[in-house]
Amino acid sequence: MTTQMAPESMYRSTEGLGIWEHRGKVASVGIGHSPTARRWDGKPETSVGALSILALRKAIADAGVNPEEVDGLVLVPVTTTGAYWPADQPVPMDAVNAFNPTDDPLDGIGQLSAEWIIKNMPELTNVKFTMYAPGCMSAAIVVAAQAVGDGLASNCLVLKGWHNLEGRYNHGGISASDEVPGSFAINPGRTLWGAPGCFGTALQFAQYCTKYGKNHDMMAPFMQNSRRNGLLFPEGYWAQHRPEQLTPEDYLSSRWIAKPANLFDNDIPIMVAAAYLFTTADRAQDMAQKPVYILNHASSRGTARSITPTLEEVEAETAATGRKIYEGAGITAEDLSFENMYDGFAQFHQFHIEGLRYRGMQPGDALDFYQTDISIEGPNPILASGGNIGGGRSRFWMHTDCMQQIQGRAGARALTGVKPEIAVSGGPMPMGGNFTVWSATPD
Amino acid sequence: MVKQGVVPDDLNRPFFEAANDGRLVVQICTACDRLHFPPRVACDRCGSSDFLEWKQMSGKGKIYNYGVVYDCPVATLKEDLPFNLAAIMLDEDPGILMYSHLPGTPADEVPVGAAVQVIFEATANGQKVPEWQVIG
Ligand SMILES: [Zn+2]
Repeated sequence: MTTQMAPESMYRSTEGLGIWEHRGKVASVGIGHSPTARRWDGKPETSVGALSILALRKAIADAGVNPEEVDGLVLVPVTTTGAYWPADQPVPMDAVNAFNPTDDPLDGIGQLSAEWIIKNMPELTNVKFTMYAPGCMSAAIVVAAQAVGDGLASNCLVLKGWHNLEGRYNHGGISASDEVPGSFAINPGRTLWGAPGCFGTALQFAQYCTKYGKNHDMMAPFMQNSRRNGLLFPEGYWAQHRPEQLTPEDYLSSRWIAKPANLFDNDIPIMVAAAYLFTTADRAQDMAQKPVYILNHASSRGTARSITPTLEEVEAETAATGRKIYEGAGITAEDLSFENMYDGFAQFHQFHIEGLRYRGMQPGDALDFYQTDISIEGPNPILASGGNIGGGRSRFWMHTDCMQQIQGRAGARALTGVKPEIAVSGGPMPMGGNFTVWSATPD
Repeated sequence: MVKQGVVPDDLNRPFFEAANDGRLVVQICTACDRLHFPPRVACDRCGSSDFLEWKQMSGKGKIYNYGVVYDCPVATLKEDLPFNLAAIMLDEDPGILMYSHLPGTPADEVPVGAAVQVIFEATANGQKVPEWQVIG
């Protein structure tokens, strides 16, 4: 079976599309997470392939579905947190051969194919639909939701796995080179000018502070709240390995990476995998967990006019994304019980939620909002999952949290100041991402 | 600061050749009078690829905003940390941005919104690139 990248036609990326044709007809019914680790230790049982199999089996079991009833698989083939397997380093064949390999020895170690998953999960005997999504779980969710709605699969697994190898990424290769091609020098130009990965967001944040009279210190309550929520997420990296709260003092005294972005404004790369099981609203009634219905998915495809997106471009794009999210779901900002928009970089979470007009927020309001009660116990929860800040770089805590909150199984993280009925999650970038609206009821 | 050497390619050769001559040029679509930076293979407004030319700029701009880089993976720049990294808006069209290390401006003492003037700085292989200095 050949697996294709999802066509652009599966995404809802423009305004004016009306209510999503499958609104309330697709549901998530199973969640599975692997354990987390900071880096791969080279053992087969901790490889991204092994973690992915673990997450998939948990999701199937969680849904109470017989594996042979699974007929679809949507996954992200790229698993890197930043580093690819170094060309001069031998692939550890003992780890590769601990599984049923494909033609590519990096499969299961430094990437994932649908073929590798199927070969290594013999219980999946009836998968007839496979598709790739780019980047992160947010895209895979959108593709799987559309696929189930379109009837391409009835019980569809959705998977994202991450590998994190030794060493710091971006320090080799073109960064160590004496010369760069002209096109690269101009755009992205990161090595000519020395801009770290967070620079574009830091520049937007700097302009945000200039424009609205805010400052970096005002991020502290958001960071503290995010780590606190993350520590209440037993599946997360910080909860499992470093159960430390992040105080405002810790945050504000951290070293700069690209001022106004410091170390904590950047998320921590980890090894982890998560899987979900999506099905039709009809079938969901017979499964083990309370269904979480999908009311809409929406995508952002913003482009910058010049070398880097300006704050003004970001604000226009996130506002458009907000309108798309609500339009297809047939809801308004007032219907949102809580939000789980992306945060990896911490400094663009406010762009996402201002674009949503969450709790009536307008551009420039979010940092003041962060100074109020944004806890899971209050009426205005912010990033209930804790996001990447609270759980490590997975880009999927926010989705899992939306499901668990609505299902009433978020444990110590359960929202008490609002009744969790409708939520939105997604990302990554304010200028480009994929977003999903989750609901306790199909209508 | 010594920036990595730049090897121009077809899409941007006029930009870099002009920089070696001490001139700032930006690609323009003359069909719809639209400036592009980075240069494009087709106009991002009218879609045409038949009217792409290069237009000389005044070399004047303003600082959009900036960050201060403290942690940088690029070998040739590491000894100069921390350094300014600003985005410059061209006076001809503030939607066109260029990066600058703002030579002569101490780290984190950047006057946002201030006027700047282009200069040309040699990179490691001698190819010049535009840089920007605060005026006055
Ligand atoms: Zn044009």
